[in-house]
Amino acid sequence: MMQTTFRTENLSVFYGKYEAVKGIDMNFPEQSVTALIGPSGCGKSTFLRSLNRMNDDIAGSRITGKIWIDGEDINAPGTDVIELRQKIGMVWQRPNPFYKSIYDNIAFGPKYHGIKDRRKLDEIVESSLRKAALWDEVKDRLKQSALSLSGGQQQRLCIARALSVNPRILLLDEPASALDPVSTAKVEELIIDLKKELSIVIVTHNMQQAARISDYTAYFYLGSVVEHDKTDIIFTNPTNTNTQEYISGRFG
Amino acid sequence: MKPRTADKIATGVIVTFSSIIVAVLLGLLGFILFRGLSHISWSFLTSVPQTIRAGGGIGPQLFNSLFLLVLTLIITIPLGLGAGIYMAEYAKPGKITSSIRLVVEVLSSFPSIVVGLFGLLLIVNTFGFGFSLFSGALVLTIFNLPLMVRVTEQAFRGVPKEQKEAGLALGLSKWKIIVSILLPVAIPNLVTGTVLAAGRVFGEAAALLFTAGMSTPRLDFTNWNPLSPTSPINPFRPAETLAVHIWKINSEGLAPDAMAIAAGASAVLVILVLIFNLTARWLGRVLYQAFTASKVIK
Repeated sequence: MMQTTFRTENLSVFYGKYEAVKGIDMNFPEQSVTALIGPSGCGKSTFLRSLNRMNDDIAGSRITGKIWIDGEDINAPGTDVIELRQKIGMVWQRPNPFYKSIYDNIAFGPKYHGIKDRRKLDEIVESSLRKAALWDEVKDRLKQSALSLSGGQQQRLCIARALSVNPRILLLDEPASALDPVSTAKVEELIIDLKKELSIVIVTHNMQQAARISDYTAYFYLGSVVEHDKTDIIFTNPTNTNTQEYISGRFG
Repeated sequence: MKPRTADKIATGVIVTFSSIIVAVLLGLLGFILFRGLSHISWSFLTSVPQTIRAGGGIGPQLFNSLFLLVLTLIITIPLGLGAGIYMAEYAKPGKITSSIRLVVEVLSSFPSIVVGLFGLLLIVNTFGFGFSLFSGALVLTIFNLPLMVRVTEQAFRGVPKEQKEAGLALGLSKWKIIVSILLPVAIPNLVTGTVLAAGRVFGEAAALLFTAGMSTPRLDFTNWNPLSPTSPINPFRPAETLAVHIWKINSEGLAPDAMAIAAGASAVLVILVLIFNLTARWLGRVLYQAFTASKVIK
């Protein structure tokens, strides 16, 4: 049996009075990819963002229920959100590298969190970029602006940046939907590779992508999880007709 | 009318309007430089003004204008940055925030003569700072704050919000994100704001009549004790700036060459603004490139 480190318990997210996410219980097993699918506005991105408390800054948002990481409730009053977010990396739909050099994009987080030794930083930069399969493409231009990279490279840089602080969990919000097919394939390969080391939660609108890379799939509809199971079961033999219609492209 | 014709007419109108503006500006600039340049010489720039005789210079006034600029920016930039960052990053939308914004906007439309009189009553008399560079700098800060706050707020809001999210997700504190991620990107716009604020410092006369004063003590440029009344860098001494000087000799100058001095001083003022503008933009570009590892702005 796998050791569970990350789960939600009756998690609801409200924007004002509106309940965007309705009482979700979900386990994210280690070393696996969980895909969140569902039509736009179904609450999957909101759910994802609540997992590293990115909704904190949104006026009027409120959370009930619990999110447990290693037995700790991340919304408990004493939680250090800065420490928490080091454990949970996040990558968005649109690549958002800092307006800095490629090197500084990666080194920035570790430096801020206390690593001052130049050689150690160099190592982190190299290993993060290698993990993100970008090292060979950028090793001769680390001092150049990250914005000089192509969209696909920028996205892999963002993944490398997320990895630079050694997270245990990686949250991906449609990480490949703004990329061309070649870059998408690279990012997908990368995700499969990375799950050896961390738990990955990915929101995607691309059914084939969910089927290709995830171990578990959760189907969201109107803020609730309709079905959550192993990916091959969801895609070959879903119990819910709504799920089946969505994944076969009949609506959504 | 065909869309194509309409498009041509619109283009024509817009081009005409911009040409008029450019022509007016160039004409004015040409006029000022043409009248004044011939009068500019090293001794004109360095010597003291003469009341009745010809051959006076604008040395102290030139220095005063520059020194007042430095003083004003020292006060304006931190206040403006602080308030602007607050408005952009901390203030929650609501009644208080919008009333702050309203106050800031109203402040920017105050007539300068009124602000000058206010400075005379409050800063010069009640607070007892007298006619001084410091009083002048405070009054100019009142003018410049609305601009600086607004420019700062917009500069920070202009940074894509994904930048902030990326910082948050890396576990950076809000302050660190503001200083290290948002600020470098905002620099070009902040420079623009500073340049506009500086233009106001160089050009303002009405408000300074009542605050920085219309006279300059005999300055001893070898005396660098900031507390000595004859020291040029004493911020608590009265100081007539270049703009005030131009106004004064134009309206009550007794020297036979008063008109030529006014023309020369005007040209110097214009050149000063130009130099400051270019320098500030260059500096902004250098900073931006250093912080963002980029070659081009935007």
